Amino acid sequence: MKIIVLVKQVPDTWGERTLDTATGRLDRSASDAVIDEIDERALEVALQYKDGQDAEVVALSMGPSTVTEVLRKSLAMGADSALHVRDDALLGSDLSRTAAVLAAAITKSGFDLVIAGNEATDGRGGVIPAMIAEHLGVPSMTYLDTVEFAPGSISGVRGDEHGTVSVHASLPAVISVTEASAEARFPNFKGIMKAKKKPLDVWTLADLGLDDSGFAPSTVVTSTTERPARTAGKKIVDEGNAGNELAEFLAAGRLI
Amino acid sequence: MSHALAFIETSASGEVRNTAAMLIAAASKLGTPVAVVVAAPGTGDALIAELGELGAAQVYVAETDQFGSVLVAPQLAALEAASAALQPSAIVLAHSIDGREIAGRLAVRLRTGLLVDVVDVRADGDVVVATHSVFGGAYTVEATVPGAGPAIVTVRQGAIDARAETASPTLTTQSITVDPASAAVIDEVHDAVVATDRPELRGATRVVSGGRGLGSQANFALVEQLADALGAAVGASRAAVDAGYVPQTSQVGQTGITVSPQLYVALGISGAIQHRAGMQTAKTIVAINKDADAPIFDIADFGIVGDVFTVVPQLIEALGKRE
Ligand SMILES: Cc1cc2nc3c(=O)[nH]c(=O)nc-3n(C[C@H](O)[C@H](O)[C@H](O)COP(=O)(O)OP(=O)(O)OC[C@H]3O[C@@H](n4cnc5c(N)ncnc54)[C@H](O)[C@@H]3O)c2cc1C
Ligand SMILES: Cc1cc2nc3c(=O)[nH]c(=O)nc-3n(C[C@H](O)[C@H](O)[C@H](O)COP(=O)(O)OP(=O)(O)OC[C@H]3O[C@@H](n4cnc5c(N)ncnc54)[C@H](O)[C@@H]3O)c2cc1C
Repeated sequence: MKIIVLVKQVPDTWGERTLDTATGRLDRSASDAVIDEIDERALEVALQYKDGQDAEVVALSMGPSTVTEVLRKSLAMGADSALHVRDDALLGSDLSRTAAVLAAAITKSGFDLVIAGNEATDGRGGVIPAMIAEHLGVPSMTYLDTVEFAPGSISGVRGDEHGTVSVHASLPAVISVTEASAEARFPNFKGIMKAKKKPLDVWTLADLGLDDSGFAPSTVVTSTTERPARTAGKKIVDEGNAGNELAEFLAAGRLI
Repeated sequence: MSHALAFIETSASGEVRNTAAMLIAAASKLGTPVAVVVAAPGTGDALIAELGELGAAQVYVAETDQFGSVLVAPQLAALEAASAALQPSAIVLAHSIDGREIAGRLAVRLRTGLLVDVVDVRADGDVVVATHSVFGGAYTVEATVPGAGPAIVTVRQGAIDARAETASPTLTTQSITVDPASAAVIDEVHDAVVATDRPELRGATRVVSGGRGLGSQANFALVEQLADALGAAVGASRAAVDAGYVPQTSQVGQTGITVSPQLYVALGISGAIQHRAGMQTAKTIVAINKDADAPIFDIADFGIVGDVFTVVPQLIEALGKRE
């Protein structure tokens, strides 16, 4: 079984994240770039299967040259090989372009199962996995809390706003997993050493048979404004009466 | 005026989900609102009155016996058919788990652009302009979809308060079937039975959230008691979810729900940046934490350095006396 795991490099959520107000794009220089935590969980789901079964796990990422670090970490965790789609023409890609490019890379590589995070912590669209599945013409099951592998099919529990549903699909398929799916392993020293020898290929748009225009519809950001930062208000230390004082504060603000 | 489609989600037994009003209102700002809904054969007519009440000028029902057994594919086929028939300028869906999956696939299928998790929409001539609230509200971004196809827009649940005027809709019924081999299959639906009288977290005007500081699932009842005293929804930090005090659907923050209530009360929550990303646009923030240096105080309008187990019971009692 060949599993492709989608890993995205994102600004560290522990830092202040900023948008360039001229273009509406992420200012990637403003904060540390890390592998998205949700994608480590997606990789963990694949690696847990590989721990017990015969499987090939490929980490795939689209992004600038710094993405190499994210892919090296994926290799150190246990992925067999890595694919990096890198092309200056992809700067500032929107959802449609990102999905079209990732789908082309997945098709070129070949796959039985694609595992993605449910939503990236920066873009937070939560739609890329479904878009890729549509490009590939295969079933998708997004937002899985649990994943079960069976020969030729995959099943799981998908949580939504109202409860959960048990679902299954035949392979090949695309799935995305939630925070509840798995705790990611840490790369150990042996893994880090081995990662240095594992293949990491770089593909350009030309390698994927795409030219830099017209292969995907587009969205245009027309304005970006920053909200003034919030400031601290009143702070009191409880000396036995704080609950009553809070009730008064709420009443004065017509909040009760 | 061109059409704007609003995709109406339903429960497994066919009841209209509560995002319908917001979606029809959003569609009515962009064109003549058409409610598109998938239903089991013979059950579509029952929805007309309700959707008309919410402002739909037309109801497009796609009937299929695959309703409830095939995941999202019937919904996708319904929107594809309605879009071909009505050539809308926009297709509006909820930014729900199902809504995202349908919208993503539809955008690829119709080869058109996608605007996700928007908090407002407007029409600028023929162009659909969507407003996004990014990084916990730190930025407001406007975006459009140029080109011919309909703009596909997913709207954050609870973000639009406007409602459309009641209408007497016309009805179109279409029967559809999809190839089940190319879709995921639903084996079982477990709709949460625990319907409470508490307001829903998304779109709530008041929220009381609890964190790891509550210490146990049993102690978390304190959060619920204050929520009930204030008529508020219950939220939680990820640490409280991970500790099993509450289900994940209550999580507020970066990887949980984004709320923007009039009042947000944080109990025993430190205020990590990922938590703040989900609540910092609240009008008024109140925090109770025994650590005077907790970062939640940096954004609180009223902060109490104290123990939740003494301050909150006193607050509940004071609220009771005021009634
Ligand atoms: C604040 C903000 C708002 C945006 N709004 C829009 C919008 O409304 N419309 C629009 O067209 N674009 C939008 N974009 C651009 C869009 O987010 C990017 O195209 C982004 O590359 C993919 O979307 P996402 O991060 O939302 O992905 P999601 O759909 O949230 O990602 C889910 C999963 O897909 C995989 N994945 C996603 N991107 C990659 C990648 N580059 N490499 C490998 N795996 C990946 C990962 O496994 C990830 O966990 C927005 C960007 C930002 C920063
Ligand atoms: C990628 C990523 C995504 C994340 N997404 C989210 C998210 O969506 N939502 C989220 O909340 N977090 C998220 N987190 C986790 C976040 O970093 C914090 O770990 C989490 O918010 C901490 O929760 P907490 O404040 O309840 O716990 P803690 O940080 O442990 O804080 C507990 C607080 O309770 C106080 N306390 C203890 N006892 C009492 C008492 N008796 N009375 C009063 N105060 C008391 C303590 O002083 C302390 O400040 C995310 C992290 C990452 C890396």
